[in-house]
Amino acid sequence: MKLTLKIWRQKNATTKGELKTYPIDGIEGDMSFLEMLDVLNEGLINKGEEPVVFDHDCREGICGSCSLQINGEPHGPDRLVTTCQLHMRMFNDGDTIVIEPFRAKAFPVIKDLVVDRSAFDRIQQAGGFISVNTSGNTIDANTIPVNKDDADESFNAATCIGCGACVAACKNASAMLFTSAKVSQFALLPQGRIEATERVLNMVAQMDKEGFGNCTNTGACEIECPKGISLENIARMNREYLSASLKG
Amino acid sequence: MAILNSSIARKVAMALSGLFLVFFLAQHFTINITSVIDPDTFNSWSHFMGHNILVQGILQPILILGVVFHFIMGIILEVRNNNARQISYKSFKGNKNSTWASRNMIISGAVILAFLGLHFYDFWFPEIVHKYIESNPLDATRYYPELLHKFESPVRTGLYCLAFVLLALHLWHGFSSSFQSMGWNNKYSKGLRGFTKFYAIFIPLGFIFIALYLHFNQIH
Repeated sequence: MKLTLKIWRQKNATTKGELKTYPIDGIEGDMSFLEMLDVLNEGLINKGEEPVVFDHDCREGICGSCSLQINGEPHGPDRLVTTCQLHMRMFNDGDTIVIEPFRAKAFPVIKDLVVDRSAFDRIQQAGGFISVNTSGNTIDANTIPVNKDDADESFNAATCIGCGACVAACKNASAMLFTSAKVSQFALLPQGRIEATERVLNMVAQMDKEGFGNCTNTGACEIECPKGISLENIARMNREYLSASLKG
Repeated sequence: MAILNSSIARKVAMALSGLFLVFFLAQHFTINITSVIDPDTFNSWSHFMGHNILVQGILQPILILGVVFHFIMGIILEVRNNNARQISYKSFKGNKNSTWASRNMIISGAVILAFLGLHFYDFWFPEIVHKYIESNPLDATRYYPELLHKFESPVRTGLYCLAFVLLALHLWHGFSSSFQSMGWNNKYSKGLRGFTKFYAIFIPLGFIFIALYLHFNQIH
């Protein structure tokens, strides 16, 4: 497969970037998108040019590191996959592929295609946890009865890998799907109810502080999310937030 | 008071003001459709709305406040949202994952706002002049002829119809979205969403029908 890649190149956070064109040949349909970029980088290194910098780690759709805007969509044209799980068979010989970093004020570009997503870490740190005494008298979680439907929904919310595709897909660069998944996974469980009020207030406050946009319910985040996190989580977070605000 | 600055509170404020305007639209449509069914009823209801102290003194100011709040908040949200992505994508395929109506509420809203300007110019300002500046005597039969007169012009009728199409798009996303913003999510959500979509088509289509009926009725 012969392709033309238009890739965002940016030296560092303070310089201006631009799209650069790279022709590439010999790409197999069974290659993953990241393997295709590996081939490109090998060629660039052999020519003495600087390779394209991009985030990756597990390469099996779990870590949430790979985060590319491919032809106008986060993680590319396939559904329910991360960039590392995207296969080149999704493209045709002769295609031009535009590759950009996820764009948001809260996700500044570090270099080329790598963005700083530590805003998500700070939202998580603001309340995405439960306080459990682990000093030797920890109660086994299985001794607390949990409704099966709630457990399933909580697990579904917990599958969010924090890749940032929701922010990238949203026309407002809103982080509500991510934050709501993290709020929901605890709000649905008895262990998480104890700190539910301060959790939702603190996490939403941190989300706003980071400079993400407001959700306008376009639903783009749900469609582009590689883990299929549902918009129902946003409704739940809104409910939790309103109820927590009224409690004071 | 941190709630007033939060993104969720802003969403809820938009949703509540929007729902209030949706309710008002149904009331406005109910009165307007009588102009097609029975002009006498239209005259009598219009006269009531124009002279009832509760409607004029309390409901009308609340309505104007609701409209102004909704569009000012809409503009504030749009500015903040644009600010959240300062460098735009070279390639962004929003149509792959969301509807035009959901992505362009500011455009449909701006058209509706411009339409409201025309609508006020056509009906509200002349009514204020008639009642309070010229101090004309009460006449409960003038409303239908005045309405007919306004829809003589094909340009005005066309503009009204265009605005109603944009209103349909605005409602298509906004009405159902308002429940999501308020955290409404239960076994009734699907049915409610269906109702909001029906409403988004039915009410604007009804207004278009009224405008066209009044326009063509006087030609023949």
